[in-house]
This record gives sequence, structure tokens and C-alpha cells, in this order.
Amino acid sequence: MLSLRVNGKMYSVDVEPETPLLWVIRDTIGLTGTKYGCGIALCGSCTVHVNGKAVRSCVQTVSQAAGKDVTTIEGLSPNAQHPLQVAWRENDVPECGYCQPGQIMAAAALLTKNRNPTDADIIREITNFCRCGTYTRIRQAIHRAAQLAVKS
Amino acid sequence: MAVIKGMDRREFMVTTLTVGGGFALALAFPENRVEAAADAAKIPDKPWESLVGKGETEINPWLVVAPDDTVTIRVAQSEMGQATFTSWSKMICEELECDWSKVRAEYASVNRHFRENKVYGRMATNASGAVRISRQYLQQAGASSRERLMAAAAEVWTVPRSELTVKDGIITHVPTGRKLRYGQVAKKAAAIKLPEEPKIKTPDQFTLMNKPTQLLETPLRVDGSVTYGIDVRLPGMLYAAAKASPVFLGKVKRYDDTGVKNRPGVHAVVEFSGPDIEAGVAVVADSYWHAKTALDLLPIEWDEGAHATDTSEKFLKMARAALDEPGAQVVMKKGDPDAALKDAAKVVEAVYELPYLDHAFMEPLNCTAQVTADRVDVWVGTQRPEEALLDAAKLTGVPRENIYIHNCFIGGGFGRRNYNDDVRQAVMIAKQLDRPVKVVWSREETMRHGYYRPMRVARFQAGLGPDGMPVAWINRVIGIDQNPPADPAQTIRGLHQVPYAIPNQLFDYHLRQTHVPTGVWTSVGRSQNEFYLESFMDELAHAAGKDPYQYRRALIDGNPDFPRAKAWVKVLDTAAEKSGWGKKLPDGTGMGIAIGDGRRPGVKEVTICTVVATVSVSKKGEVRVERFDVAMDTGPFLVNPLAAERQIEMQMVMGLAAVLRQEITVEKGRVVQSNFHDYPLLRATEMPEIRIHFVRATDEPIVGIGEEALGWVAPSVCNAIFAITGKRIRSLPLKNHNLSADAA
Repeated sequence: MLSLRVNGKMYSVDVEPETPLLWVIRDTIGLTGTKYGCGIALCGSCTVHVNGKAVRSCVQTVSQAAGKDVTTIEGLSPNAQHPLQVAWRENDVPECGYCQPGQIMAAAALLTKNRNPTDADIIREITNFCRCGTYTRIRQAIHRAAQLAVKS
Repeated sequence: MAVIKGMDRREFMVTTLTVGGGFALALAFPENRVEAAADAAKIPDKPWESLVGKGETEINPWLVVAPDDTVTIRVAQSEMGQATFTSWSKMICEELECDWSKVRAEYASVNRHFRENKVYGRMATNASGAVRISRQYLQQAGASSRERLMAAAAEVWTVPRSELTVKDGIITHVPTGRKLRYGQVAKKAAAIKLPEEPKIKTPDQFTLMNKPTQLLETPLRVDGSVTYGIDVRLPGMLYAAAKASPVFLGKVKRYDDTGVKNRPGVHAVVEFSGPDIEAGVAVVADSYWHAKTALDLLPIEWDEGAHATDTSEKFLKMARAALDEPGAQVVMKKGDPDAALKDAAKVVEAVYELPYLDHAFMEPLNCTAQVTADRVDVWVGTQRPEEALLDAAKLTGVPRENIYIHNCFIGGGFGRRNYNDDVRQAVMIAKQLDRPVKVVWSREETMRHGYYRPMRVARFQAGLGPDGMPVAWINRVIGIDQNPPADPAQTIRGLHQVPYAIPNQLFDYHLRQTHVPTGVWTSVGRSQNEFYLESFMDELAHAAGKDPYQYRRALIDGNPDFPRAKAWVKVLDTAAEKSGWGKKLPDGTGMGIAIGDGRRPGVKEVTICTVVATVSVSKKGEVRVERFDVAMDTGPFLVNPLAAERQIEMQMVMGLAAVLRQEITVEKGRVVQSNFHDYPLLRATEMPEIRIHFVRATDEPIVGIGEEALGWVAPSVCNAIFAITGKRIRSLPLKNHNLSADAA
């Protein structure tokens, strides 16, 4: 049994310690907002926060996350009102939407260390793939979220 | 949610009525976006569950009105990023005259579609057809409902219908000022039969369509609540990881499960095979990770069949050889192209080659199924739910009316999710289990078991007259498909009618068979055919010493046989003007242009599109697309310009990734590439600026929007590369070319 804190809630999970965090979050805990895309840490669809840092949960083992704070898209904010989520809605960023939880989690980690990132900062730091090509609107929404965060 | 025997979907809707995923309204919502705050639960987060509750009234199968005036629209198309729920609702509500802020949307039931004589018309989502094929009957459904609601109000007041008006779902009796809401008359309306169907609006009368509308789909996609097929969770559900024969059309010879049967969580090891199912083995376990890790350890011996030594290089050689083989199917011939070629002042000849491509969407293939003796349930994101249902019926023997396809949101389709091979496989696995099972294909399995965009080889020969204009045109294409004599539509589309004024023409083709599954890939044929057609036009322009834009313009404008010449010129001119065609650019930067309209035999509608790519090539040969200018004809209307823009952007990005780096190759009968490291998507760092210029060039509705720009990405980029480097690209992807300044 491993103890895991996800979105502020404690879970005891009966899984092998080398199980990727992704599959524990999705199958064992049942939070499916975190997506499986490639399984080799390339696409970023599985991005979650571990102690506030963006990690690709498909290659993190659950034991690496034990005892730490894990945040998924479902726990990013109560009522989906994180400035990024507001900005994402305003700009209608997603197309198919599958990569978007990962994009938002990567962006949220970026904003915590850089409150007003430039375009160059964004494309350097957020290396997640989007097959539908929403990259431009992602950048616009991150700038908008930075503004909203200042306002609030 | 449980599958309960003997319960039909309508009861089911009511008993599971919990509007999930709704977030509470924000207090501090950003300015100007108050309406977005009401977006909560506009679409069910589990799309197979209905939002409709007791006390709501179905006016017709397309729409339900609640006592509080909420309107629920039934969407008979699959949502994979096109914002179909929004567009579909707009087409109905354009006529319904209801309050848009009270509109919700949900999937139409595939089961009901079959039970009620295909009540939803066409449920396939492909061929850019959602608007073209459905719009008129959706408008009719909205108009008819409005008139029945009005007739109900007229009955309540015992006044003539002619004295009533309606706006935002509120009916007014003009002489007295009395008002009734849709929600108040819906029950009565449901019983009313109209003496005749009302006329529907013409595009010039639209008030809801043709304007940008924020997407109903968005809120579900920013908080993790949207459920894709891969996210389905059912009580008692098992997980399966599957491995199909690595060599297509192979068989399972034997496998030894002694080493994996007792691994943690493993429930069963099962084989699957059947008609149109790639045979293989699946491990079923209590979690996907347990299933996958056990499958990775499972020794499987394959009967690889007759194709175990095939390679894509071999297919290419076969196709090149076919260029000179007799018996080609002639599609179009006019004049005497052979004689004209012989007499031409100058002859230009080129052979183009294109690889297989995968769809490489973000959500790996998956399907969840439960099979019992008298009922089958399937949860899947599919572009063709009707065929999914028919396949499940065929494979289980369960009657159609007891089969439930619970369509899910789709993390990218691009044509791949037309084939339902995921469904057939999952049904065969579920048949061997007594519980629901979710089968997830790994990324590797998804990429190595595609229905690929076919390889192609095409040869063009043109003769130019003394003025540089073409007098002869001979074109032969070798289509490579899995099953000739397949429908040659993809192979010939667009090439069957050359829009340029050329007096002597011949176009023919051969189809050649390989064992590699092929299918449609966004733009269906155009991403290949337009690449070589528009690249070759560029070659002719340069051979003639003329500007590629002006050369095309002259040949289109001067073609009395081409019915859309004027409209083409308008779109072409728009792209040239907006892109700044002809302006001086920095060294190493250039522009390429390509135009087309997606015409195909048997379909009268088209969408005329021109793409200008502004490209730079570094001394080291690195290609960067700086900008795409996309000029597109809208015809008299777009349902939702906001969604249209997004779909065009998607096509630019999809097309560019393929141009730069993507190819599927075959060695030892199997696909080499497996994941995003060897089949890379476009990265944010490579994202070009995309400027979209809508122009009304025709008066007839366009064919669609979802794949009407992609075809011109490759030729515009490659034509720009020629303008910069003088190197003509006749095969893709670019990664196989050395464009550095010191390369020969």
C-alpha cells in the first residue's frame, strides 16, 4: 500500500511501486482528466503537478510521487475558475481537447514561476503536443490568464 | 453507470439523470463573457447519457423542450474537434427562434436511429458532410417545431397563427400583447400535426448562422470532465491490452500464457480474430497497466503469412514500374495529347512520390464493450456509429435493436475512426468475458495498425507552346491500396478535371495492391493529388519564365470550359493580395502559391481555397514556414466562422507536420514507426502564423470546411522552397531532402 495525496485528498493505493503515476491516477483513483498519449514523456498529455512542478506522469512511478502533493486538472481549481481555465473558455482554445488538460497543467506550472511569460518563454517551456494545432490560441490564453491573475 | 438488462435507453436517460461536470457559476467572470458563464452542462460530460429529464417534451427526434424553455438538441454527428454540437444546434435553432442561451446539445441515440427507421438520417461524420448533407433537414426540423409551437399557442388563445410572432422562444399575440413561452406550449405542440411543412430560411435570412458563436463544447474541455472513449469507467469493468499481428493479415500460431496468467491482476488471456479483424491476443486485467505489462511479456508466435518480407521500398518500385505498364484506366481525354506533346516547343516531365501516412491523433484507439446473450453495449468514439452497431450485431448475433453504441467524444479522428476495427476487436474480446472490458491500444499499437493514407506515384508530362502556355498534359497516377478494385475516388479526385486551359489532355491511373491497410486521411486524396498537380503547375510556370500566380491566373481566367473560373480568380487574387505576393522578401525567404477547390466526381459542391506559404530556408537547409495566408470561399454562409477558422488552422498544422517529417514505412511486412519520436507532430516552436481570409466568391453553399484547405499546404510550401533554393521537391517528407546551401 502506498499513500498518495491527490488534489488534497489522501489515497491508499494497492499497486506495484513501479506503476506509472498516470495509470494510478486514471485507473486506480479514477480521475480521467489526465490523458494517456504516448507513454514515453513526449506529448505531455499526461502532465500533472507534483509538489507544484509539471511532470509527465506516464514516466513517473507512483513511488516517486508517494508522500508528495499531486494535482491533476480536476484539482487545479474549485469550480474550474483558475485564470487559465477562464481564459481557455474565453478564447475557445480547444479543438478535440484531448491534449488540453496537459497544456493547462503545463501552463499553470509556468505561471507559478513566471507570472508574465513572453511568447518565447511559453513555447520554450510548454513542449506539449497539440495535434489540432491550437498553439497560437494557447499562447494568447496564457497571456490573458496572466492579466486575469493580476486583476484578481 | 451500470448496464442494466431489459432497460431501454429512454428509461435509462431518466434514471441516470445527473447533470455531471457542471461547475458553479463564477462571481468574478471576465467582462463581455457573461454568457459563457451559463455554459455549465450544455453538453453531457458522459455523452452517452442524456440531459433530458422527466417532464420535458420531445417535439421531434431532434429536439426536446423543457418547461423552463431549455431546448435540448440531438446531434447525429460525432464530435472530434469540429465543434459539431455547436454547429448542429445552430442549424436547428436558426429556424426554431429559441433563446440560444438555453440551448443544450447531446448525442442522438444510434439504437433509436435503427429502431425508428433511420430517423436521424445520416450519422456518419466524414466527407465534410455535416453541414452540406444535413443542413436542410435540420433547418426543416427547427422550422417545423417552431410552427407546431406557434400552432399550439394559437390553439390556447383561439386566434389565427397569422397574429403571432416569436422571438427567443417567447410567442406574442400581437393584437393583445399576450405572451406564452415555448416551455408552456411544448406538450400541446407535441400533439400537433401541421397541414403542410413550413418553408425554411434562405442564407440571406439567417440571423444565427454566419456569425461567430462561442463553442458549447469548450467548458467540458478545460476541467477534465469531458469523457473520451478512453475515459469510460463502468462498474466491474476489466481492462485489456491487445496485440494484433505485426505483419498485416498474419495469424496467431501459438502463445504461451503460463508466465503471465499468474501475474498481478491478470484475469484472462484471450485470442481474437474474425472478418476485418487483425488477428491477435489480448491480456485482460484489473488495470490497463497490469494488462499491458503482462502482454509485453507474453510470448506469441505468429504465422506471418505471405507478406513477411514486404517493404515500402518494394511497393515504391512496383508503383514506379506501373507508370509504364499498359491497361491504365482512362478518366479524362481530350484532343490529341500525344501529338501535341511531340510538337511542343518545350516538354516538362516530373514524377512525384508520396509515402504512407498515419493519422496520429492524440487519443490512442480504444473501445469498451459488454456482450451478453441478448444485449451488446459499446462505448467508443467513432466516426461511423451506424456501422459500429451493424458490426456488433454481425459478430454477436444479437438483434440490432438490442445493441447500444454509446458514442463518446473523440480525441481526433481525421478519417481513422471511420473503420471500427477497434469496435470489432473489442466485441470479440468481450464475447469471451462476463463483464465489460475496456480495450486500450498502446500508442505503438495504434500507429502500427492504422488505415494509412496510401502511397502514391504520379507522373506528369506537359508540352508548352512558344508562349510558354501548356498545349499538352499527360498525367498518370499509381494508386496503392489494400483492396483493388477499390473505389478509385481518392486516386482520381481533382485530377479528373484540370481547371487550367489546356487543349490536349489525358489522365489515367493504375491501382496496385499491397497488404497494408489504407484509408481516408483528412482531405481524402487531395493532400496527394493537389501536391503534385499544384507543384507541377509551378514547374510549368518556371519553365515558361512566368510568375506562378499570374501563370495560374491566366490559365484559369482563359478557360471557357471551367465553370468556376471567375470565382477561382477571386479567391486566387485575394490570397495574392493579402499575402503581399510579389513584394521583396529577405534573402532565404520566399513564397509559394497553390489553389484548388476539392472537386470530385459526382458531387456538385466545392470549396475554393488558395494557400500562400511564406517560407524561409536557412543556409543549413532548415525549413521554417513563417506564415500561411489562406483565402477560402465561404459561399453564401458559414455556420460558425469561429469553428471554421479553427478547422482551417488544424489542417495547416496537420499538413505541415506531414510535409516536414512524417512518413510511415514498411519493413518485414510491418510498420516501422511506433510513436511520436519517429513520427513527430508539429511543435509549438514550429507553429506558423496563420491568416485566414474568408471571401464570398460563389453563391452556392460550399462543400464543407473540415478538410478543404489541407491539400494546398504541401504544394505551397514546396513551391516556396523552389522559389528560395531552386530545388524542386518531388517527394515528401522534407526530412529526406538536403536543402543546405552546399548540397548539390
